[in-house]
Amino acid sequence: MFEWLSDLTGNQILAAFISAALPVAFIVPFVIFAVWLERKVSAHMQDRLGPMRVGWHGWLQTIADFFKLIQKEDIVSSEVDKKFFNMAPYLVFIGSYAVYAALPFSNSYIGSNIDLGLFYIIAVSGLVVAGILMAGWASNNKYSLYGAMRSAAQIVSYEIPTALVILAMVMFTGTLSLAKLSDLQTSSFWNWYIFGGPDWGWSKLLVLPFMLVAFLLFYISSLAEVNRTPFDLPEAESELVAGYHTEYSGMKFAMFFLSEYGNMFAVSAIASVLFFGGYQSPIGYIGNSLGISWLVPFEQVFWFASKGIFFVFVQMWLRWTLPRVRVDQLMTLCWKYLIPYAFVNLIIIGIISLI
Amino acid sequence: MKEYLKNTWLGVWTVLVGMKITFKHLFQPAVTIQYPDVKLPLPERVRNRLYVNIDDCIGCDQCSRACPVSCISIETVKAIPGEDLGQTSNGKKKALWVTKFDIDFAKCCYCQLCVFPCPTECIKMTETYEFSEFRRQDLNYHFSALNTSEAIEKKNNWEKFQAEKEAQKAAAAAKPAAPQQNPKTEGN
Repeated sequence: MFEWLSDLTGNQILAAFISAALPVAFIVPFVIFAVWLERKVSAHMQDRLGPMRVGWHGWLQTIADFFKLIQKEDIVSSEVDKKFFNMAPYLVFIGSYAVYAALPFSNSYIGSNIDLGLFYIIAVSGLVVAGILMAGWASNNKYSLYGAMRSAAQIVSYEIPTALVILAMVMFTGTLSLAKLSDLQTSSFWNWYIFGGPDWGWSKLLVLPFMLVAFLLFYISSLAEVNRTPFDLPEAESELVAGYHTEYSGMKFAMFFLSEYGNMFAVSAIASVLFFGGYQSPIGYIGNSLGISWLVPFEQVFWFASKGIFFVFVQMWLRWTLPRVRVDQLMTLCWKYLIPYAFVNLIIIGIISLI
Repeated sequence: MKEYLKNTWLGVWTVLVGMKITFKHLFQPAVTIQYPDVKLPLPERVRNRLYVNIDDCIGCDQCSRACPVSCISIETVKAIPGEDLGQTSNGKKKALWVTKFDIDFAKCCYCQLCVFPCPTECIKMTETYEFSEFRRQDLNYHFSALNTSEAIEKKNNWEKFQAEKEAQKAAAAAKPAAPQQNPKTEGN
């Protein structure tokens, strides 16, 4: 993509800027759609209707809310640590945006096709913790601080099962590059790693249940990492007002919101790359069968986005199914259940990939 | 160990059961009624805003006296002889001009006590319940068929008639014998 753009514009810096800004063109419409979807899904799961007034079934509601947020006064109370208070929302957003640099949207568009893609994502998503802690501490508000502390404890704890599952996948596939992972699961859905990967044989059958467990572990811990219900303790509105973003208003609050929904898609996309073929189509490409080669990347973007949005939908589904867990239950789930299972799973997948 | 595995299984299984329930609800028709567009049918004997059919009103003031919060204020003027006010729909003869028939819905408690005493059934409950106003005085509804100048005219008419009568009486008193018999014979 970068080469193509630099050929087109004749300027490498400009091409780099355009290439880096492209995920924004995806994130903003996605967030607007996802917030609307969240409202509709939550409403219909409770036998309500949700927004119905602004546009067809309220599809313009989020856009109206976005304009409202832009117009709002940016309140900075006198007792906050202004420098960090103003920096935190952008730091959180940078943390979630940096993940998009390594996501393979299609064969021909990856922000940065680095070999250590998965490693980079795990490393850079840790920046979100720093941002959230900064927001909670700088707000000079006990609820914000509680939320930030919980968030830090939660994200750091749940990094471990996530990393262990990713490690198992890396052992099985032998690559850390997200583009290569996607390429391995090409042609059809039975080559996806959730169904045991592209290698046919008894190992595929043997590894299948453990892949399912690995996916479940990864999905649960990624849910906790992006602070979604049932693990939304950092912003538990019934206990902590709004957690670490209590003191924020207007665009700074919108940045937190944007990064939360951006993160939701990012972890869903990683789950789909690891287990569900990433941008690969489950049934083959229309572009290939018609002989229109330029259609293929667009189809890949479509499949990538729809897989990601499906998992985002499952996150919402879980949110409106399960109540919030307590802090001790959260830690119990992580340390006593997810980590042991992830370890056992790692060992078994390791043995299977050895023999 | 057995307990541990059982807990894990229970955790996963119960989440799936819950997800099944919420998924079913996702496709159930919503119970929401989109209020200003769709309204629930009202019960048969619902009590809402009052309506006065002023053509049937005989100005008897019974509704006003029945009102526990005094939200109905009625003023009447007697009709002078020669003025025909017509009849109500159930055949009662009207003898009073209703110059003022105001109901203040800011005060009204919707108890329906004013409806029962009405001899002509001209005051009744309607099904209108959306009549909020920006100014409180707008909730004071004027039901009288006469406008202000007409009401003053009727009042003046009556006072003039009364004054004429008084004058006649005074004249009769001045000449006691002959004119005093006149009304009596008229009365007979």
